[in-house]
Amino acid sequence: MSYNNELKLEFLSLSENEGFARSCVASFCLPLNPSVEVITDIKTAVSEAVTNCVVHAYPNTVGKIEILVKLTQNEIYISVKDFGVGIEDVIKAKEPFYTSKPESERSGMGFTVMESFMDNVTVTSKINVGTEVVLIKKLEEVSEAVGG
Amino acid sequence: MNIKSRIYNNTLYIMLVGELDEYSASYTRNYLDNIIETPNFNQVIIDLSELEFMDSTGIGVLIGRYKKLKSQKIPIYICNPNLHIEKIFKMTGLYEIMPKIS
Repeated sequence: MSYNNELKLEFLSLSENEGFARSCVASFCLPLNPSVEVITDIKTAVSEAVTNCVVHAYPNTVGKIEILVKLTQNEIYISVKDFGVGIEDVIKAKEPFYTSKPESERSGMGFTVMESFMDNVTVTSKINVGTEVVLIKKLEEVSEAVGG
Repeated sequence: MNIKSRIYNNTLYIMLVGELDEYSASYTRNYLDNIIETPNFNQVIIDLSELEFMDSTGIGVLIGRYKKLKSQKIPIYICNPNLHIEKIFKMTGLYEIMPKIS
């Protein structure tokens, strides 16, 4: 039996939307019967990706954040996209403890957390066009997934 | 985010209740800075038993408070993190500067 499901969310880059976004994505994944650990990994990774959009993508303004989730039997695919300033040097941005805003007490661990909590993280960015972060979580073979 | 605090036996006890992310970060930062501005305690214990969620923004907030207290030689200890928060603490090496106690 194959399973396919999709969710698209669009919301403003306001920090109060972070809790909604991560809970919404996590809830959407529930039909796959993921473990509690998988759910919290997803919540954390989504929170990191959305925080990046809120904090960095739209300096001094508010823009749109788009999340696309695709579920299949053995994989959770999450794309978090903004249409903001973009990241000049993605490799540098991904380095542990690197932050472009050291003055505001940022840990610089966002991408590191995403990478260690998910199976695959891809960042695509273009200056003044935007950034897309794709987070992938592989699921163990579950015997009774997607029941009822 | 809801924060409770009390001082007992020269120890500042802080309990974080809720979720520590970008949205609650500035409230948490301001609340904690208000208490630690004039320290009448010699150590801080942060109880995370009722903190449901934290991401790297929360790590930044905790490191910021650690730096402020370090200049006054006041250590911070962490207790009762849930498994998810434990994972972030281990991953980011935070326990090296804020040891976990039981």
